[in-house]
Amino acid sequence: MASIVMDVMKTALDWVPGALNAPFARAVLFGVPIGGHYVVEALLVVVILFLLLQKSYKPPKKPLTEREVDELCEDWVPESLIPPITEEMNYEPPILESAAGPHTVIKGKEVVNFASANYLGLIGHEKLIESCTDALDKYGVGSCGPRGFYGTIDVHLDCESKIAKFLGTPDSILYSYGISTMFSAIPAFCKKGDIIVVDDGVHWGIQNGLHLSRSTIVYFKHNDMQSLESTLEKITRENKRASKMRRYIVVEALYQNSGKLAPLDVIIRLKEKYRFRVLLDESNSFGVLGESGRGLTEHFGVPVGKIDIITAAMGNALATCGGFCTGSVRVVDHQRLSSSGYVFSASLPPYLATAANTAIDLLEENPVLITKLRKNVALLWRGLAEIPGLSIASDPLSPLVYLKLKNSTGSFKKDSQLLQDIADHALNKDSVLVVASKRSTLDKCGLAAGIRLFVSAAHSESDLLKAAESLKRASELLLAGYN
Amino acid sequence: MITIPYTTALTTLFSYGLLFAFGQLRDLFRKFVEWWSSSNLHGYAPICLGLEDFYVRRLYLRIQDCFGRPIASAPDAWIDVVERYSNDYNKTLKRTTNTSKCLNLGSYNYLGFAAADEYCTPRVIESLKRFSPSTCSTRVDGGTTILHTQLEECVARFVGKPAAIVTGMGYVTNSAILPVLIGKGGLIISDSLNHNSIVNGARGSGATVRVFQHNTPSHLEEVLREQIAEGQPRTRRPWKKIIVVVEGIYSMEGELCKLPEIITVCKKYKAYTYLDEAHSIGAVGKTGRGVCELLGVDTADVDIMMGTFTKSFGSCGGYIAASKEVIEYLKYTCPAHLYATSISPPAAQQILSSIQVILGEDGSSRGAQKLARIRENSNFFRSELQKMGFEVLGDNDSPVMPIMLYNPAKIPAFSRECLKRNVAVVTVAFPATPLLLARARICISASHTREDLIKGLEVISQVGDLVGIKYFPAEPKKQQEEGRVKLE
Repeated sequence: MASIVMDVMKTALDWVPGALNAPFARAVLFGVPIGGHYVVEALLVVVILFLLLQKSYKPPKKPLTEREVDELCEDWVPESLIPPITEEMNYEPPILESAAGPHTVIKGKEVVNFASANYLGLIGHEKLIESCTDALDKYGVGSCGPRGFYGTIDVHLDCESKIAKFLGTPDSILYSYGISTMFSAIPAFCKKGDIIVVDDGVHWGIQNGLHLSRSTIVYFKHNDMQSLESTLEKITRENKRASKMRRYIVVEALYQNSGKLAPLDVIIRLKEKYRFRVLLDESNSFGVLGESGRGLTEHFGVPVGKIDIITAAMGNALATCGGFCTGSVRVVDHQRLSSSGYVFSASLPPYLATAANTAIDLLEENPVLITKLRKNVALLWRGLAEIPGLSIASDPLSPLVYLKLKNSTGSFKKDSQLLQDIADHALNKDSVLVVASKRSTLDKCGLAAGIRLFVSAAHSESDLLKAAESLKRASELLLAGYN
Repeated sequence: MITIPYTTALTTLFSYGLLFAFGQLRDLFRKFVEWWSSSNLHGYAPICLGLEDFYVRRLYLRIQDCFGRPIASAPDAWIDVVERYSNDYNKTLKRTTNTSKCLNLGSYNYLGFAAADEYCTPRVIESLKRFSPSTCSTRVDGGTTILHTQLEECVARFVGKPAAIVTGMGYVTNSAILPVLIGKGGLIISDSLNHNSIVNGARGSGATVRVFQHNTPSHLEEVLREQIAEGQPRTRRPWKKIIVVVEGIYSMEGELCKLPEIITVCKKYKAYTYLDEAHSIGAVGKTGRGVCELLGVDTADVDIMMGTFTKSFGSCGGYIAASKEVIEYLKYTCPAHLYATSISPPAAQQILSSIQVILGEDGSSRGAQKLARIRENSNFFRSELQKMGFEVLGDNDSPVMPIMLYNPAKIPAFSRECLKRNVAVVTVAFPATPLLLARARICISASHTREDLIKGLEVISQVGDLVGIKYFPAEPKKQQEEGRVKLE
């Protein structure tokens, strides 16, 4: 037995050097003879094959059993739907017992109203009421359908062409609510991959639109043109593909959150230099700025065609509801099928479209309303000139007069509480209704709180002086400790 | 779940393929022309990217005249449709001064409050004179009139919840309130066919959104179990809260929500429920209180009830009804309350008066009659349509009844032929429905008389034969269900 093994071993040992010395094994690589490499290679191949044929390691998968899922579901404790209600959330707004004109009634007492953006004093205007009454008789209240499905009433189309004609744009489109105008129009044009450069003081409607568009959002400092220029420069320089993307600048003509005026001449210069499109929200400036109330473009003498998209809410100067967007035919037509707030919402009640129609007529017939408004703003400015503890932050032309604290307490909440106290004092003691700015937890705007006074062309001189005096007294009393 | 016959699916796909091919061909020529007349907008990316509006340019424009037909009257049972013409192959439509009187089967005028009403209109005009068309102010500033507070109390009472908040637009109600209730770390489970405003609200909230199969409580349960067990993606933390969003009546399907089952599932898994009653409030239920009343669900079990006033009440705006605390919180921080112009006072008055009529507080039984009429009308019309062999979607009692058309060419054919015979119907295509499932949608109103409905049925039957959309034999049989592709 052993001899057989010995024999086999001997033959094998004899064979190995033989195999190694075999002629085919003596390969020469770069002049170096290599012996027996085939054997090594064959072994390696075998090992590789062996390893390849092995099952790869996978950690054992154990899905949750039904019982475990049951337990998890049982254990899960959701948060409550809303955070606990605190004292500060309890705010009762003043309740008006008559129209929100320059004078209104609260708790049976007549007060001077500075809380309504009734810039041209059209609330309660005879002609407006008359045209609305006719419209209500003819069309009823609601339109009972979106624009696509028999919700288009002839007055909507009339109103659209009237706005376009008034502003000198090719076409315009009506929305049924002011705040939905911007947050529908922006996502209709801006998609993922586009760049939007936007002022950091814009109102929530625009912020929401930006969020829904999923574009790249870059903020610049509130109304700071140097900041805008450096932002544009940076984007154009850093981004090689910038010329292939759609680029927009979004600004408000008259900022709702500060009363500041956007310097459109500079914006146009920058826009043309860096080739950005401009979206301008004229909610507070339409019917107010410019010789004939055509807004910021008229005020700066900029041709309206240079602005690509203009939006505005009609709940301010026009004293109705809803909003509109205007621009080239292409811009407007694109929205008719792509703008969600237009396609998927019932249209503006026809009587409100009629009201807008009439309001524009009134504005065209009475340009004196605008001069009266401007005079009133100047009057209020003079009245508020030396108000203790507060300073006017808004533009001298803005009918939205924005008073902010000279020395902020450092927190928006405290500031606005302080200002609210002043407003309450003015209402209770002097029957002057002014409002302190309030901010939603969703709002990302970081501008300072303030008292907002909406000046109207319908305010009389004594109203304005009364408001100024009242605010002076209230701030003297309540801000004594803060200066 | 809509099933589509094999042959119809094939022909529909073929039609869209053809349209697409021709569209591409025309776009090719367009490119040359545009390149030739080089635009002065050098350095700007085009404002509408090529494929973004391909659908509009090459498909929608061809049948543009079927949509957005202007009317020159109140959207009542009969409307004056303004005639339009086109000189450039439907690219632009011009209005004429001619109108034709048509039977209105398109407006959401469920209870017939759209036209002047003997009780509502005088009150609306009175409040117009007293309050003007607008307050020009937000609710928290100077935009709350006594009408607004009355309205909120009235709505809360009508819906059966402790408190309510009203906004000036239904779309905004959804899209501005969902972000207040839920944010990052939260989960929204939404029905797959929910309205765009809910989709936008959910997207705007920053919460994760999951979808469950349309109106399928069992799938909802599946999704809930899976999500609760797995928690948030990546971080694996448990969800902060889960809101399930459903609609009362689905506007494009006419189906009633399976609310009792969904409520049971939500209660079991501690999810909050958000019910959008845009089409059901006022239209269904014995006293018009919506699906909760119709299906016997206690309103206390629904956490948030949302609805709009544009449909049954013939006004505008929307509401949220919930517990006192939730409403107080919404009033503190909801952007629609803080930043938007308050609802127009006459519109608020219209809602108040119409609810009074519905509840019989006007001293007549008109409200009850209207409710009985809408139910009778809807069920009559639906059963007649089914008898004729149309493929009608939706449930009994629902005033919305879609008729399936499928083929793209049948959309304009149906709409134009009906209009020729003085019946105004709504056809719905791609952005609002899936591409293959184009349909016509009938909305029945309480203001339709029996004669109106019979005329409507006659015309629809005629046109149905002409266009070939009676997909079922006149006497529907069960076997038809077999041999069809299931399509979502």
